[in-house]
Amino acid sequence: MGQMIIRDFDIPANDFSVAGEASSTVRKLLSQLGVAPDRIKRTAIAMYEAEINAVIHGRGGKAHVEISGDKIIIEISDEGPGIEDLELAMQEGYSTATDSIREMGFGAGMGLPNIKKHADELVIKSEKDKGTVVTITVNF
Amino acid sequence: MTIRDMIDKLDCSLAAGTEEMLDQEITGVYCCDLLSHAMAKLDPGNVWITIHTNLNVVAIASLTNVACVLVAESIEIEEQTLARAVEKQVVVLSSAKTAAELSFELFCLLRKAE
Repeated sequence: MGQMIIRDFDIPANDFSVAGEASSTVRKLLSQLGVAPDRIKRTAIAMYEAEINAVIHGRGGKAHVEISGDKIIIEISDEGPGIEDLELAMQEGYSTATDSIREMGFGAGMGLPNIKKHADELVIKSEKDKGTVVTITVNF
Repeated sequence: MTIRDMIDKLDCSLAAGTEEMLDQEITGVYCCDLLSHAMAKLDPGNVWITIHTNLNVVAIASLTNVACVLVAESIEIEEQTLARAVEKQVVVLSSAKTAAELSFELFCLLRKAE
């Protein structure tokens, strides 16, 4: 893979009929590129969690993906309410999700810890009432 | 053991998927209703036992390349979920048994097949 591959996706708010489409497309692309299965799995998990967070918490957003020969960088950005206490949000089990979200099997406070666990690098920038940008890097 | 073998041996029925999709080999079984956990733990070719029937189940099954989703306790599967499963080529099965019973029986079947 000599050239960088760039993909952009829209993530609609509160729409579970398309939630995960961006992650699914990226997984397929990495598979076609011959990336190692365990790296694809890490990428898919981290990206899906971030995508779902944007759907649930961020009033939707965008995903910008850059794939080069040795890594993938995924930037998920939203213009939602922002994360009030990032340290708290990173704690396993802490969640601000509503009951209806929990009933679907989300909202257990596993999202951000799961991203951290599966990414090689995770940077979160968040500002109250402005939004959140989650940047995930997975090395190949 | 293929999905077809499993359907024969384990009292369950096909809710979404075509005949030719049932030839896939089963690599293991995982049972969990917390989607973050399931996504992190499911391996390709696994049978995923859950009681969730919402659209996100198909998204995760597709992302993790599981062999099939097995819905326990005959919980009614939402129509949009079945339609999405067909679209994404995810096999969905249903059984009247509990998740615990299915996990145990499937685990024994897989051990025996080894």
